[in-house]
Amino acid sequence: MPKRTDIQKILLIGSGPIVIGQGCEFDYSGVQACKALKSDGFEVILVNSNPATVMTDPELADRTYIEPLTCDILHEIIRRERPDAILPTLGGQTALNLAMELEDKKILRRYDVELIGADADAIRRAEDRQLFKETMLKIGLDLPRSGSAHSPGEAEAIARTIGSWPLIVRPGFTLGGTGGGIAHDPEEFSVIVRRGLDASLNHEVLIEESLLGWKEFEMEVMRDKKGSSVIVCSIENLDPMGVHTGDSITIAPIQTLTDREYQAMRDDSLRVLAAIGVETGGSNVQWAVDPATGRRIIIEMNPRVSRSSALASKATGFPIAKIAAKLAVGYTLDELRNDITGTTPSCFEPALDYVVTKVPRFTFEKFPAADPTLGTQMKSVGEVMAIGRNLKESLQKALRSLETGRAGFGADGKDAKYESASDEELAEKLAVPNAERIFYLRAALKRGWDVEKLYELTRIDRYFLRHLEELAAFEEEIRAAGSLEKLDPGLFRQIKTLGFSDRQIAFLLNTTEEAVSAARGEIGLAPVYGAVDTCAGEFEAITPYYYSCYAEHGEPVRPRGGKKSIMVLGGGPNRIGQGIEFDYCCCHAAFALRKAGYEVVMVNSNPETVSTDYDTSDKLYFEPLTLEDIMNIYVREACSGVIVQFGGQTPLNLAQALKAAGACVIGTSPDDIDLAEDRDYFKQLASRIGILQPENGIAHRPEEAVSVARKIGYPVLVRPSFVLGGRGMVIVHREEHLEKFAEEAARVAEGKPILIDRFLEHAVELDVDCISDGETTVIGAILEHVEPAGCHSGDSASITPPRSLSDTVLERIREYAQAFASALHVSGLMNMQLAVKGEDIYMIEVNPRASRTIPFVSKAIGVSLAELAALCMTGKKLADLGFTREVTLPYTAVKEAVFPFVKFPGVDITLTPEMKSTGEVMSIDRDPNLAYLKSQIAAGGGLPKSGNVFLSVRDQDKDEIVPLARKMTELGFTIYATLGTSTKLYGEGIKTRALFRISRGRPNLLDLIHDHAVQWIVNTSESGAEAMTDEVRMRSSAIAAGIPVTTTVAGTAAALEGIRDQLEFGRFEVCSLQEYHRHLSHGKG
Amino acid sequence: MERQWRKQRERKAFLALADGTVFHGYGFGCPVDGTGEAVFNTGMTGYQEILSDPSYAGQFVALTTAEVGNYGCCEADMESRGVFLNALVIQELNRASNYRAEEELEDFLIRHGKPGIAGVDTRALTLHLREHGAQKAFLHVSDEELSEEAAVERARAWEGLDGKDYASIVSTTASYRWNDSGKHRVVVYDFGVKYNILRNLAESGAQVTVVPSRTPALEVLAMEPDGVFLSNGPADPSAVKYAIDNIRVLLGQVPLMGICLGHQLLGLACGAKCGRLKFGHHGCNHPVKNVLTGEVAISSQNHNYALSDLPEELELTHINLNDNSCEGLRHKTLPAFSVQFHPEAAPGPRDAQKLFDQFIQMMEK
Repeated sequence: MPKRTDIQKILLIGSGPIVIGQGCEFDYSGVQACKALKSDGFEVILVNSNPATVMTDPELADRTYIEPLTCDILHEIIRRERPDAILPTLGGQTALNLAMELEDKKILRRYDVELIGADADAIRRAEDRQLFKETMLKIGLDLPRSGSAHSPGEAEAIARTIGSWPLIVRPGFTLGGTGGGIAHDPEEFSVIVRRGLDASLNHEVLIEESLLGWKEFEMEVMRDKKGSSVIVCSIENLDPMGVHTGDSITIAPIQTLTDREYQAMRDDSLRVLAAIGVETGGSNVQWAVDPATGRRIIIEMNPRVSRSSALASKATGFPIAKIAAKLAVGYTLDELRNDITGTTPSCFEPALDYVVTKVPRFTFEKFPAADPTLGTQMKSVGEVMAIGRNLKESLQKALRSLETGRAGFGADGKDAKYESASDEELAEKLAVPNAERIFYLRAALKRGWDVEKLYELTRIDRYFLRHLEELAAFEEEIRAAGSLEKLDPGLFRQIKTLGFSDRQIAFLLNTTEEAVSAARGEIGLAPVYGAVDTCAGEFEAITPYYYSCYAEHGEPVRPRGGKKSIMVLGGGPNRIGQGIEFDYCCCHAAFALRKAGYEVVMVNSNPETVSTDYDTSDKLYFEPLTLEDIMNIYVREACSGVIVQFGGQTPLNLAQALKAAGACVIGTSPDDIDLAEDRDYFKQLASRIGILQPENGIAHRPEEAVSVARKIGYPVLVRPSFVLGGRGMVIVHREEHLEKFAEEAARVAEGKPILIDRFLEHAVELDVDCISDGETTVIGAILEHVEPAGCHSGDSASITPPRSLSDTVLERIREYAQAFASALHVSGLMNMQLAVKGEDIYMIEVNPRASRTIPFVSKAIGVSLAELAALCMTGKKLADLGFTREVTLPYTAVKEAVFPFVKFPGVDITLTPEMKSTGEVMSIDRDPNLAYLKSQIAAGGGLPKSGNVFLSVRDQDKDEIVPLARKMTELGFTIYATLGTSTKLYGEGIKTRALFRISRGRPNLLDLIHDHAVQWIVNTSESGAEAMTDEVRMRSSAIAAGIPVTTTVAGTAAALEGIRDQLEFGRFEVCSLQEYHRHLSHGKG
Repeated sequence: MERQWRKQRERKAFLALADGTVFHGYGFGCPVDGTGEAVFNTGMTGYQEILSDPSYAGQFVALTTAEVGNYGCCEADMESRGVFLNALVIQELNRASNYRAEEELEDFLIRHGKPGIAGVDTRALTLHLREHGAQKAFLHVSDEELSEEAAVERARAWEGLDGKDYASIVSTTASYRWNDSGKHRVVVYDFGVKYNILRNLAESGAQVTVVPSRTPALEVLAMEPDGVFLSNGPADPSAVKYAIDNIRVLLGQVPLMGICLGHQLLGLACGAKCGRLKFGHHGCNHPVKNVLTGEVAISSQNHNYALSDLPEELELTHINLNDNSCEGLRHKTLPAFSVQFHPEAAPGPRDAQKLFDQFIQMMEK
């Protein structure tokens, strides 16, 4: 039964910006779907607001709308495109929710658009808690005792019926469990229920019996329209029930079920899909099993491709998203070929002869005020996956992939924090799940706590605890060897089969990583590489997708027919400051180099990415990004070069070590990369080039910082060197605050110096992305930040072309770009951060590498800078590549950041020099104000056209806010303000209603928020200083209530312009990227 | 906790293949050396079902799944009265963690007098077998001094499984009733039957009586069965000539259903050809398509032989989608059908269990 011919045009909905609970896995699925549908001759229309995705590359779809993902905008796109069908199952919960909204508003019916993959009824049955429950009961499945409520009163009644604590509260229709939680008593219950009701799109919460401590499993199912179904991957959570599966360490395949239990779970998973009515595609079904009795309960199912699907695809080699797209258009599983073997059909269940471990990546260090314990609300921002021939090796590889400085399961000299915990603290850390529990487990084992005791505390299955126990105990076996010289080859091999890294061995034997590596080399102890072949070796695999292990035999190096091989290093796990933008660059490097006739070897550990898709590169190595693991591959593949400048800080930090180990780093040299970070050199360079620099100095110890700051004068910007995402960076206005911040910066810097700059107040900040071939340097785009200097560039909204710069300033920026690129011998990309005050241009920093804004700039100007940069690194010239002139844009492109605050109740949302955003959105319009407004809508802070605005600004902003407040009243808004702001505005003749400060009395803003009586909050505060508790409370409850909060005057001004223009135009216009690009003269000169 | 790290890293035990290839590991279970045919299975669960499946008689079964022993063993998961394979070959051995576990895997092997070898790179072994076919092998796990060369010699000297009637060895020696009640009386020829076939037949409403493999057809007919079932079993179908003769007698007299070896015997009885497959099928993830309905099922498989060249009176009903080999047939005029794969699962997916109902329906006609 081949593909359907009654549909031609398909609208694919992306998942929007990266947020907690919805990461770049949906870029991976979107890319696969676009490719699959296009290759079948369908016309593909894509909408996604996230420019950092590969899926929004103009080559992938026929028309790509980078527009806000709202029902209104989708309505406009449908009106314009008239698609035959919408595929909503590959864009995460966002796409599913949008599809439902379109259905509910009868837009689908009006334009005769069909939902393919999953229809509205199926989505409803899976998402509506009550319907889901009924459906599951109908097929005889066991469920936790539960009920769903639409009000706090209903919720209490249900709690009484269930009659036991704790209770789990989950809102319906959200992502990543937003707003849910575990309530241990009535008081907690009432708080969580209220939060859940607010977060739920349909104002509903599910309350259920607690299954805390039960074993948790997942099955990834594919189904075609004939009902043929396969389990692509089975997953067992190491962390038992109680921790969101996105925050759990998970293992594939399932480890602790007998065949009988496994098959029963399999049968039921297939029945769940059939009962929900998933016509075709991938779904994930989650189960809880009582370890004492085997009683099995269905937790939930997602009728769409999910984060687990991405993991399952990477873990097995089965391309779930691609197949899901093909099934949605009518193919059946037996008609589709398994790409990995090339001969067998996709209608099979992958067999694994290895163990896959996923470990979530958290960034609690970014949000010191956030609650670091783990529960049913997801808090991780990324994840790593590792493949090993056994569980121990797999787990150790995953832990060393995390980019948290750990070399495996401890034994690397960084366990003091855990080992020094008191017994009470240790027990607490084990009993209450947290991001570092795995290392507390090791400390407990080292203390002699046995598996039974750990089981009582954690409920982690004894099977996993025993593996951990053996690893911890094996450290002594290694130490007992005495020294590296005395290590016998048999033991050495055994150590490596257990997954210990050279760094761990070096720590345990008091030597260096280099010495261990050399000793391995001497006895020829190198890893072999296994293939992820979907069939455990039963058939030959044609797709080169590998992992390392210390087994006896591995796959031979695949010949590459005379091509040169270039290694591209990925960015590792997503975290704040290093996300999908870098994966985008890595993918583009791979695309360009392959086109240019090179063989590309990709190395990465992040399962959510497009870079780890088996058809992005020629050879994929799913490996930790450490010196040891990379060099093993580099040597094996005899690469002629490695690219480090696309993967963000992870590979950059390895550049010198790779060079020292004999790898050829192509592009800008590691020495020049380091030079850019060298303060003294940089100072000289700046003065030679003739650019101003804010006064600055270096402190090697926190105490030194005070004297440096005195010399420079306050306010100062304090930051550690060699970090990405502004980790530990703050603006300090007063000396009494400095010491504390300097210490924090020193801790983050890990021995590297702290940088102190004079902070330029009220300056306009710029990001300038350039490309250079070593001779010619071309500016990709100059981005003007909306927020003034002081907010991290990754967190600021940016606009291109810049709006407030004079031609002379622009011309001088171009000259500086040339000068810096040539001084730093840049071959590839370079990013300059500048501050402009009047006509003065200050250099803040220059980085000769890919920046976070490369994908945005590339989409804005219609030129893939990353591709051109990769080619420059191989020696090509920009002139040959046809890119020698800056592109002039006849429209405005805006990038806005998206924040995770809603996941961290109580955390201040003020923007500071430390980056806090997880993702970004882009919008384009010929009208700059509308472009900005669209970006605000796309970022989720949809601004009101009318209603009540609350204003509260710091003293220094009071003058600037007056004209804006006036404009608000002109546009018809009612203004509420705190006393100070209100008085000021009253004096200027603007009518406002005064409110108390939160701590002073009522009515105050919290009442307004609670009554949904405020539609927009404008609140500016002193950046960097400890924010007032009042303001923190206000902003965080506004975020929780979904009310847009603008925290800068500049942002307010831009938003108001947009609102005015929108009122004038009446509605938004939508336009595809391809159409915008048609108007560009492509920089070829 | 007893740790065996030294033993594990010394890797003194080994599996020597007749072609001279040797795979090292460490012994567990019963420390006895012996010969067997090296084969692999890619299923990720179900080691106990494999251990107790008589079809593996005479074989060294290598499991490709990484961690084994995780959930122990229990009486309820036995697929026959004992263990008929010659040794278990695995990568990692674990202790049990499952509420159903009654015994550790290692103790289970000791109780059944069977050796195991762990720490083996079973992926390497599998790739080798895939390329060179199932091989005669010698397993050395005892304390006896034995060189690798000598072990290879012993592997070569072994007569092997081809042409051997292993069905008689594993078959029950006396008839027995599996269950007492049932709407239809089914007699099962035990060539090495798995209990789950008997359980499935009973669940479908049959009163099941199991008879030895060499029971003459007339004796079976004398029992007045409503249907006769031809079971799975080990080794070479051509060595079970007596069964083929019996089937020829039964055909048309009584509804017949066969699985695996039973399927091959039915085919041979009707004049099909049976030969060795290039790779064999050994796993729980094989797609089988019913060519009459278009339905696809994921199936459990374990066979090296397959039927081909079906005669005019047989109709091909199922094919393996990986290699298009014959997975099922039915007689065009007489009540008889069979499948190569294992609808009884155990281990593996249970997608095709309704085939037993089909057999019952055939008896109702």
